Amino acid sequence: MARSKGSGASRWALRALSIAACLFAWQTASTLRLNLGLVTFVNVPPPTEVFQAAISFGQSSKAFDHVVSSLRRVALGFAIAAIAGVALGLAIGRSRRAADTLLPPLELLRPIPAVAWIPLAVLLFPSSEASMIYITFIGALFPILLNTIHGVENVDPRLVASAQSLGATRSAILREVILPGAAPSIVTGLAIGMGTSWFCLVTAEMISGQFGIGYYTWESYTIQNYADIIVGMILIGLLGMGSSALLRLAGALLTPWHTIGETR
Amino acid sequence: MSGRERLARPDQSRAEPGRIEARSVAIRLGRGEKAFEAITDVSLSIAPGELVCLIGPSGCGKSTLLGALAGHIGVARGELTVDDAPVLGPHPERGIVFQHHTLFPWKSVLNNVAFGPKMRGARRKERLQRAEEILELVGLKDFTNRYPKQLSGGMQQRVEIARVLVNRPRLLLMDEPFGALDALTRIHMQELLLDIWSRVRTTIVFVTHDIDEALFLADRVLVMSHRPGRIIEELTIPFARPRSAEISVTPEFAALKHRCMTLLHTRGADALPRLEPLGIENLEA
Repeated sequence: MARSKGSGASRWALRALSIAACLFAWQTASTLRLNLGLVTFVNVPPPTEVFQAAISFGQSSKAFDHVVSSLRRVALGFAIAAIAGVALGLAIGRSRRAADTLLPPLELLRPIPAVAWIPLAVLLFPSSEASMIYITFIGALFPILLNTIHGVENVDPRLVASAQSLGATRSAILREVILPGAAPSIVTGLAIGMGTSWFCLVTAEMISGQFGIGYYTWESYTIQNYADIIVGMILIGLLGMGSSALLRLAGALLTPWHTIGETR
Repeated sequence: MSGRERLARPDQSRAEPGRIEARSVAIRLGRGEKAFEAITDVSLSIAPGELVCLIGPSGCGKSTLLGALAGHIGVARGELTVDDAPVLGPHPERGIVFQHHTLFPWKSVLNNVAFGPKMRGARRKERLQRAEEILELVGLKDFTNRYPKQLSGGMQQRVEIARVLVNRPRLLLMDEPFGALDALTRIHMQELLLDIWSRVRTTIVFVTHDIDEALFLADRVLVMSHRPGRIIEELTIPFARPRSAEISVTPEFAALKHRCMTLLHTRGADALPRLEPLGIENLEA
């Protein structure tokens, strides 16, 4: 781990300085209304304006509703995807028959981007809430599913043989060997799935919704509150990053053996 | 058996368990057109509590024979029995230790060893206590809470042995268990194995390609031929126990070693590629 010789404090200072430099460049470009031909900052609000917009958004009565409804949709869609993805992945990875029956339709659906699902989702689900949750579910499902299958298939067959020789039944092998053996890969799939479920949610909210960060961002564009667009974007980034970080933390706590050798 | 204490067997009334009989056993590996005979016409008889080493050139099927004894590979022809019961599948009474680590990385040393009792429904308190006893026997009682990857290679192999012994097996099957260790650790492990075996008497079948190791450990050495494997020679090793490393400088040892080397070098020209350990690809079938 000794990649850098710098102390912790100096590395953090450098990181903060890097963000400050980006903000400064943005501020300069926006206040000077810089037009670079290919890119133009003429209509881009500077960070100071965005900061003010963020404060007034934070004080508005709707802010809480926007954030909570987005969080709820992601939580539900992601939770269903996690359960379905891990269960299907375990079945497909363990049984050839399950793979032959379940995998072909899933492979067919996998390349379809979540955005392309939106019209059909609106038709399929009577409530727009359910259709948005479905979109976040679809977004998260495939990374979780594929990483679970990968994890299950990569469990060392000698571990399974040893467990059999020690008296483990088929279900005990699944519980005691396959699941923990695949756990690091499953955690990776969950973290990727969390990210994809956020960007699918925002797309869904832009099209059908009354609350939510995605809806708020798109509404700000249609009513030309440009600073609010950036507030929405930053909020999406923070929420997505935060939930992924929480997930990785939970994953690290659930798989302590996975990191222990490296941190010694 | 010296005056040292022995762990009580659950069933002392019967004849001592751990007798192996193989009659004209043949084993086929691979599927379809790629299938081939790895073992041909192997007959052997191993007495309860005996320590037998199987040696032979690489790819001769000695690990395959061990896999069949463990119940991971079926026999194509012939009869393979342990205490007169045919081997039909893996069972905790026939424990196996591999060369490469097969400890569960996500379980502590203690929970790895307690796995067998857990699978057979022992209560938590009881199984942890039994695991601790066995770990003490292999000299690892101070490492019970470590994860396997925090241990050295030799220590991990000791945990593997403990994990099998906690089940009080009739057979301890060892597939080149010390092959990946450095020379000094290997000698230490050999001595440790003999010490453990003197206290927990069980039949041991030990596969190795190291002649010195076989001669140091075994009551009897079975030499296997080139593929398809068959047993071409049986050597009784006369050294008294407990043995020390000094036996390896005796003329008798040198003569036996010479005999083994001649057998291994004259039969079959080139080494064959290693067989899939345990014919793992057959496991799903």
